[in-house]
Amino acid sequence: MTRPMQRRAFASLVAGALGAGLALLASCQGSGSEPAPAAARETQLVVFAATSLRDAFTAMVAVFEKAHPGVRVTLNFAGTQEIRTQLEQGAVADVFASADERHMKALQDANRVEQPEIFAENEAVLVVSSERAESVRSLADLPSAARIVLGAPEVPIGRYALQILDRASAKGGADFRARVEARVVSRELNVRQVLAKVSLGEADAGIVYRSDVASAGTQYAVVTIPADVNVIARYPIAQVKAGRSPSLGREWVTLVGSEQGRAILRGCGFMAPPRAQATP
Amino acid sequence: MLQATVTGHIGSLQIDASLVAHGGTLVLVGPNGAGKTTLLLMLLGARRPEAGRITLGETVLLDSTSGVDVPIEERRLGYVPQDYALFPHLTVLENVEFARSNEGQPRRARARQLVDEFGLGPLANRRTTELSGGEKQKVALARALAAEPRALLLDEPLAALDAATRRDVRSFLCDYLAKLDLPSVLVTHDPADALAFGARIGVMEGGRVIQSGTWEELRARPASPFVEQFVSSGAR
Amino acid sequence: MSARARVRAHAYLVLVFAGGVLALFLLAPVVGLVAATSPADFWSGLHHPLVWPALRLSLLTTTVSLLVVVGLGTPLAWALARSTGRVARAVEVVVQLPAVIPPAVAGVALLLTFGRRGLFAGWLYPQGWSVTFTTAAVILAEIFVSAPYFVQAATDAFRRVDQSCVVVARTLGAFPLRVFWQIELPLAVSGLVAGAAMSWARSLGEFGATLMFAGNASGKTQTLPLAIYMAFESDLRAAQALSLVLIAVAFGVLLAARATLARGARARVAR
Repeated sequence: MTRPMQRRAFASLVAGALGAGLALLASCQGSGSEPAPAAARETQLVVFAATSLRDAFTAMVAVFEKAHPGVRVTLNFAGTQEIRTQLEQGAVADVFASADERHMKALQDANRVEQPEIFAENEAVLVVSSERAESVRSLADLPSAARIVLGAPEVPIGRYALQILDRASAKGGADFRARVEARVVSRELNVRQVLAKVSLGEADAGIVYRSDVASAGTQYAVVTIPADVNVIARYPIAQVKAGRSPSLGREWVTLVGSEQGRAILRGCGFMAPPRAQATP
Repeated sequence: MLQATVTGHIGSLQIDASLVAHGGTLVLVGPNGAGKTTLLLMLLGARRPEAGRITLGETVLLDSTSGVDVPIEERRLGYVPQDYALFPHLTVLENVEFARSNEGQPRRARARQLVDEFGLGPLANRRTTELSGGEKQKVALARALAAEPRALLLDEPLAALDAATRRDVRSFLCDYLAKLDLPSVLVTHDPADALAFGARIGVMEGGRVIQSGTWEELRARPASPFVEQFVSSGAR
Repeated sequence: MSARARVRAHAYLVLVFAGGVLALFLLAPVVGLVAATSPADFWSGLHHPLVWPALRLSLLTTTVSLLVVVGLGTPLAWALARSTGRVARAVEVVVQLPAVIPPAVAGVALLLTFGRRGLFAGWLYPQGWSVTFTTAAVILAEIFVSAPYFVQAATDAFRRVDQSCVVVARTLGAFPLRVFWQIELPLAVSGLVAGAAMSWARSLGEFGATLMFAGNASGKTQTLPLAIYMAFESDLRAAQALSLVLIAVAFGVLLAARATLARGARARVAR
């Protein structure tokens, strides 16, 4: 190959790489540096929400879109911790509804969200596969299950489950948590997977939210956890500062807190929060 | 004496052939696509004919009526294919030694003897991929002979060689085969080969052996235009 | 420059352009990951409690699954390469299926077949037991997703073996098993090794099917990809460090495989 050709080849290579890189950058920059549209031009609402809110928020989308013709609502459901990471890395959303106060507080400290407010509460329950429903009838029976599935400690439901086990150990039987953990065969990455494994019969028992059992089928039994050891998860919701439809976001938060919103949440198994409370 | 009658088909070509190789070489000629290589493969047992009978001396190698079908590895037929098919991952000596004795021992002594006899001594530890065409031919032949076969089948042994090498190897092969006294079938398209090697020539066309005889017999009464052209293009 | 030379030069530039862009794109995320992880982060990530159990488990399970895939896949590939019937072609397609099924779907399918209430549960297991949630389940999931890569490569490698060599070897008195060991296998080995490397890499990175079918328990079923995803939930930097470990291990093994192949080829030529 001749020298001029070599030089041109190299130049072509660099040009191609630069061109591709610039094109990518431009598309990112372009979308980020538009001036914020006036409220009248907001037509897209982006809501990030914890997986456990899937059914409730999907029902609310229908209500919201009817009340705001021409507006499209995009829902993104994922583990609370995943969403937190995405938002920390600069993902664009208008509203974040979390299953967990800690992650919301972290985002508040990082100045990514406005002041959060609690919009719902969810209690944990025990689910037991139909084969084992006879032998596991209360939390105390849990260690007799051969295979238990919990959420991973990084996931809110996993943390709550461990708290419940600790409280149960404190109350009666210091080794309760140890005995239960000896039977734990898997720590799932989101709450719906815990329920799936129990409902498929692969696991004998697991701890999930009451809102999850309201939605799924009849392949398992639900056991209430005594109130003195149970954990109530408080769900905060907040507007995300990087959002592009702030007034739509505000209206979504309003809908969630309204009587209609609460009715939908109640129907999905959530509990109403204590009146007029914002997280400190 | 190798004797065969087979029928079968390969693709759309129907093979229906008979041949006899007494001691000495039978040269098998014919146009491309006549089925010569296929016939060799049937003799070897690599292709199964639909019907036929193949005998080698007293031994029956194939008899479709009585269900006898001796597998390739037991037929004791030496084979030198058209592209020599030397084992590329083995040296010259390892190639020639590949055949095993009945006890499973490599035939080292015989292999060494053949390698020396063919003048391949200095190349013994070379890879076969580095050899010239003529050298490869000799290795392929030595390899087949090391197994002490009872008959030899050669498919276009000289076709891949340049003119000068071809003359040298032809004369070497000719002398060697004459000395061996093994029934041999040699496929070729070159009339010079037919003249040099064969007292008897078999002509195959369209899957059938249409004529068989000496060069003089073929010239006197050619059975087809191909035969006529073949014998006229060879010098005598 | 003549017209023809000009056309050739242009064609060459197009090739370099296209190839260069693709290669850079494939390399860029790895470069990005390395650049985003400071040495301090990497070091503390290495000491994350999830790392060593996950790395050990990944190396153990991928080794076992590789041995099974190669051990059972080689004879299968040989048979497929030698057969011409419709059944063989159908089997070839069936073997490719796991490669086109999304891993999570594969996991669910495995669960529904080999789980407690699965299709084969009654025949395979004592009452109430199943292979789910065990290390064996990890291995099964890895075998399922990685076998197609090896079997396809091995079948192609055996197909490329010169059949004349096979025939000659048999005329020299070698029975088919000896022909396989001493002729076909050595001639196909580079294709087999390349296929095995692909298959191993696929099972090292396996996530979706493992998560569904085997679950997530440290030391038992939490392979390195699962550990990375877990670390991602709690500490992004730990996830970055673990990802670099995974890439380094995979890269190292693949390089070693290529080097041994190249050395073997050179030795054969030089002797």
